[in-house]
Amino acid sequence: MSQAETVLVAGRRPQTTSGFLALFRNELHLTFRRMRTKVLLAILAALPILIGVIVKLNTDSPRGGGGGAPSFIAQTTQNGLFLVFTALAVALPVFLPMTVGVVAGDSVAGEAATGTLRYLLVAPAGRTRLLAAKFTAGLVFCLAATAAVAVTALATGATLFPLGEVTLISGDTIGFTDALLRAVLVAGVVAVSLAGLVAIGLFVSTLTGSGIAAMAATVGLVITVQILDAFPQLDAVRPFLFTHYWMSFSDLLREPMYWDGVWKDLGLQAAYVAVFGSAAWARFSSRDISA
Amino acid sequence: MTETPVTGDVTESAGGPGAASRPAPVPSATPAPLASRTSGASRTSGAPADDVIRTRGLTKRFRGGQLAVDGLDLTVPRGSVFGFLGPNGSGKTTTIRMLMGLIAPTSGTATVLGESMPQSVATVLPRVGALIEGPALYGFLSGRDNLVRFDAADPTADPRTRRERVEAALERVGLSAAAGKKARAYSLGMKQRLGLAAALLQPRELLVLDEPTNGLDPQGMREIRALVREVAAEGTTVFLSSHLLDEIEQVCTHAAVMSRGRLVVQGTVTELAARAQGRLVVRTPDVAQAAEVLAAHQVGALVPGEGRVDGELGASVDEALPKLCAALVEAGVRVHGFGLERGTLEDAFVALTGEGFDVAG
Repeated sequence: MSQAETVLVAGRRPQTTSGFLALFRNELHLTFRRMRTKVLLAILAALPILIGVIVKLNTDSPRGGGGGAPSFIAQTTQNGLFLVFTALAVALPVFLPMTVGVVAGDSVAGEAATGTLRYLLVAPAGRTRLLAAKFTAGLVFCLAATAAVAVTALATGATLFPLGEVTLISGDTIGFTDALLRAVLVAGVVAVSLAGLVAIGLFVSTLTGSGIAAMAATVGLVITVQILDAFPQLDAVRPFLFTHYWMSFSDLLREPMYWDGVWKDLGLQAAYVAVFGSAAWARFSSRDISA
Repeated sequence: MTETPVTGDVTESAGGPGAASRPAPVPSATPAPLASRTSGASRTSGAPADDVIRTRGLTKRFRGGQLAVDGLDLTVPRGSVFGFLGPNGSGKTTTIRMLMGLIAPTSGTATVLGESMPQSVATVLPRVGALIEGPALYGFLSGRDNLVRFDAADPTADPRTRRERVEAALERVGLSAAAGKKARAYSLGMKQRLGLAAALLQPRELLVLDEPTNGLDPQGMREIRALVREVAAEGTTVFLSSHLLDEIEQVCTHAAVMSRGRLVVQGTVTELAARAQGRLVVRTPDVAQAAEVLAAHQVGALVPGEGRVDGELGASVDEALPKLCAALVEAGVRVHGFGLERGTLEDAFVALTGEGFDVAG
């Protein structure tokens, strides 16, 4: 083949680092340029506004709304910053995983359905590299989704409620800047909590050629797992469900911070990423692409 | 007639009918490919690197048990415009998918640009442009951004020259004006051209085009064919699948015919067309007399008809024809018409497979 190299302009080209990373950058572009992604982020951003307005309207007769985070909601009226925690606590069980499930579930299956997958692979994107790019984009979407909730919650909270010193769950009081840092930390933990789900979605996505089916399966799985997590009879299994430690982020609102649950959560997410990431890779790297 | 594949391209296509309109096979300007093209024997023994595509016993059986490709021995010489012909469902696309590493063969080997597939996908495919089973685009991206995406997928593509190469590719397929439009607003012809542009983002050694004119209007077909000739003239080997015989005859130097997953024949287009024997046709009222004269001049398989006599000529047609004509006139035959009816690939195909062309296998 060396003859071809000297004569034709066509020939082997070396792989460069910037060339290798270009797909990762492009994948982010692709994810965030889509109308669908924008709509999902807009819905997530609307959620804290809705909660904030409802809490504000009910301030005169505080009865402590139902749901998973009554203490947060009560706190919100005292300090707008607490709307961040309230919104994240409301979004984490349903809205965040739903949007992540849509993005991760569609990532490979959607490309297979439209046929663009075959063109990426003959480019050649490399199956492992493409999967890594999809996973990275999924993680970045988790960050963006969490940020969408947290930032609008902060803005809404600041508009509707007073800001200032924050009284933590443990009863201690910390300064506003300190509390803001904790909010950033909590948002980060929430975003990373979704990593396991990204890996699961990616795996499901490699199983089918239909984006809708993969999205539905992933979102359905999130709901099923949370239902299972509610059965005390399943105590032996529950600690291994990827949603089990999601709410442990509230432990970071104590003084001192209580990291036990958070570490367990992050460890569990890492395990899910390892298992389902490998499964996705094993499936995708050997699969016949006939769509 | 025969079921066994006929391999080896013994003759150059130059000098054959329509040779002027076809691109001549362009060697990669090294002596080696030329040597291998002139002698078919050297190909089997050594230097497989000069075959751009080479498969041996390539077989694909799908999970359902359906045998899509059955023991394919395909040889595509460097510099050729290779037509891959067969009815819909004859295994062409499955073969192309195996060559591009998209699906794994059940058995047999495939070599592209001298390296085996699908193991060498990462080193081979950057040098190959492909259009497989129609274009597939991101409808929500502009035409330009579609190309940027496909280019970014290639880790050997230089991001610094990306814009430039994308614009050049758009220009080449005549889509510069529509480059900013969302791809979902494109017509089928525009999508097809954008797919071609993606295949031409880099200078390629091999261009694989699966049914590139499918769904196009005659003008679009002409444009694609012109582009294929242009690319071939630059030295790129073109592997073109089609179910249109016409198309293969117009642009290809070499061809292979598939039927029901098996290779029926491969060789140069001239050679294949010659298999559908050109027939000598003499139009005359003196049928019996003409037949007598023709028989005396070793014209075989004579068929006297109503006002005409058909016959088969031997090898040296060009020399024999004027003599035959003179002999007929000398013998007092009133010759109203005299000439050859050329065989077409379609005749060859029907003769080889015993089936009509548009029947799915």
